[in-house]
Amino acid sequence: MSTWRTLTLMAAALVLAVGTAHAQISDGVVKIGVLNDQSSLYADLAGPGSVVAARMAVEDFGAAAKGLKVEVLSADHQNKPDVGSSIARQWYDVDKVDLIVDVTNSAVALAVNQITRDKAKAFIVSGAASSDLTGKACSPNTIHWTYDTWALANGTGNAIVKTGGDTWFFITADYAFGHALERDTEAVVLKSGGKVLGKVRHPLNTADFSSFLLQAQTSKAKIIGLANAGGDTINAIKQAAEFGIVKGGQNLAGLLVFITDVHGLGLQAAQGLIFTEAFYWDANEKTRAWGVRFAERDRGIHPTMIHAGVYAGILHYLKAVTALKSDDGTKVIAKMKEMPTDDPLFGKGTIRADGRKIHPMYLFEVKKPSESKGPWDYYKLRATIPAAEAFRPLDQGDCPLVKK
Amino acid sequence: MFQLLGIPPQALFGQLLLGLINGAFYALLSLGLAIIFGLLNIINFAHGAQYMLGAFAAWFLLQYAGLGYWWALLLAPVAVGLFGVALERTMLQRLYRLDHLYGLLLTFGLALILQGYFRNRFGSSGLPYGIPPVLEGGHNLGFMFLPNYRGWVVVFSLGVCLLTWFVIERTQLGSYLRAATENPTLVQAFGINVPRMITLTYGFGAGLAAMAGVLAAPIYQVNPLMGADLIIVVFAVVVIGGMGSIMGSIVTGFALGVIEGLTKVFYPEASNTVIFVIMALVLLVRPAGLFGRAQ
Repeated sequence: MSTWRTLTLMAAALVLAVGTAHAQISDGVVKIGVLNDQSSLYADLAGPGSVVAARMAVEDFGAAAKGLKVEVLSADHQNKPDVGSSIARQWYDVDKVDLIVDVTNSAVALAVNQITRDKAKAFIVSGAASSDLTGKACSPNTIHWTYDTWALANGTGNAIVKTGGDTWFFITADYAFGHALERDTEAVVLKSGGKVLGKVRHPLNTADFSSFLLQAQTSKAKIIGLANAGGDTINAIKQAAEFGIVKGGQNLAGLLVFITDVHGLGLQAAQGLIFTEAFYWDANEKTRAWGVRFAERDRGIHPTMIHAGVYAGILHYLKAVTALKSDDGTKVIAKMKEMPTDDPLFGKGTIRADGRKIHPMYLFEVKKPSESKGPWDYYKLRATIPAAEAFRPLDQGDCPLVKK
Repeated sequence: MFQLLGIPPQALFGQLLLGLINGAFYALLSLGLAIIFGLLNIINFAHGAQYMLGAFAAWFLLQYAGLGYWWALLLAPVAVGLFGVALERTMLQRLYRLDHLYGLLLTFGLALILQGYFRNRFGSSGLPYGIPPVLEGGHNLGFMFLPNYRGWVVVFSLGVCLLTWFVIERTQLGSYLRAATENPTLVQAFGINVPRMITLTYGFGAGLAAMAGVLAAPIYQVNPLMGADLIIVVFAVVVIGGMGSIMGSIVTGFALGVIEGLTKVFYPEASNTVIFVIMALVLLVRPAGLFGRAQ
């Protein structure tokens, strides 16, 4: 009996080995690297949570049952493009990583975007925001999944200008992301007949915003647009309350706000903020189930749209790898664009030629403390921006892949 | 309306005042560092972590004991001070005869462990902490809106700084301390318990950092990384002022706060590098710092 069993096992192993050889999975394993800020101001909104989301995607896809070996790696780029670039090179060249995901911080993401293209690997962006990733810098090896600065500007900027907020002052994070968000929002404001009275650019990871807030206050602009994210946004909003900015008749527009920021601020300080996001964990049955499962594994932190994007992006990637039976970066990305997307978090969607993933965006308002049932019950849906209007039209992005 | 360098004078006054407020934090923190360096010869890299612990202590007191800001301002420094005493007794004490580098490495390692633990436990977004009700709101000074709380921060930290300076430079206790740094053996021969004095000094320095942490909690988030971000700047302040100089660190703290504040108006992109540029310049001209004595 036991010899028979050994023989059967050996035969099975052989079949599997031959199978994988046919499947053209490099080294027999699909390696996914989660590269983001694991320790600083963006660590809660992406960070270790994105690694959790990646692992969940691999498990939920049932990679092991489908005979696909998938490994998830992670690293901290410390918000430094040089550090991020050298990790990406090391991953692609030495560790045989097939896909890099997330990459919060647009400056780092733009660098990884170029490296991925040079090495013909695959890159799914969830954390970074710059719309240049599907514009000037678009690549046949990159998909921008969750959101971008154009979508944020379009959602939040439009909503605010429509309600009479027609003069703006920008407080902008001084790097690729802040510049892109400011540029895209300014375009929306000007197009709707509004005016930009001034702007000030602060270094990434600033603790004290009082000086910038005072400049914004002096400008007498109706809307103070915060073109920053994470810890920077939290500090700016908190200190704006201290300086009586909202009481003085000016309003804040958080152009990129995550649920972890709202949690950090507390509802007392965050109530009434209006912003655009691609995902809310408490939106429907499927997102809730996933959100609760996620929180159990990430220290109770509920998922942000970035985490959701990492999860959904990897699911779709693995579907494409299975369909192609290959993990060749350029081919898989092409396949991903060709296949319609369908996942529990973003629903049905598509990926455009420029790499832009298309789905609806949502305009949320932060609840008053009295409206919230408890921690993480924070958002009210104000409006849904349909998929067709949520992102920059294909012909306006100057993406070289689109011009034929 | 007349303008100064393209900025209306009112805005400029506002920015000067804000710079002074930020300077208050630099002064309070660099004071603690200067005292510890002056008396213990330890470069206390855990100072930022102790500042963070102070803010967290305030949050814990509110969350679990229902004790508000004023209690925190009293209890948090004491708690962190005791933590500092324990640290000195068990670890730092063994390093005095070794090179500065060992103290630096130990305290830096401790800071990383503490920050890492808190970040893992509480995340990096920070926890909310409100302004005490008495100090809510603010006054319109004509040239700017001054939140009451910020006014309080300046007055309080200036008071603490001056009191500390007075104790160390003008009282008998202070003279013992200063004598012990010059020649511990001789001072011990006069019957003064030098090791205990040094332990308490370290505890006091840590307590000062925690006090700054409590002061900062309502303005910034109670954030595991708040100290890590600040400590490098504060070290630059201490270096500019002159390592170990008490008055030097107070004056430089406030002055650099003002310079940084002005940078935020004229060239905001450079606001987090200006202090280091000044540090480099000062070191070129006066290697011992503005108020330091060359040894």
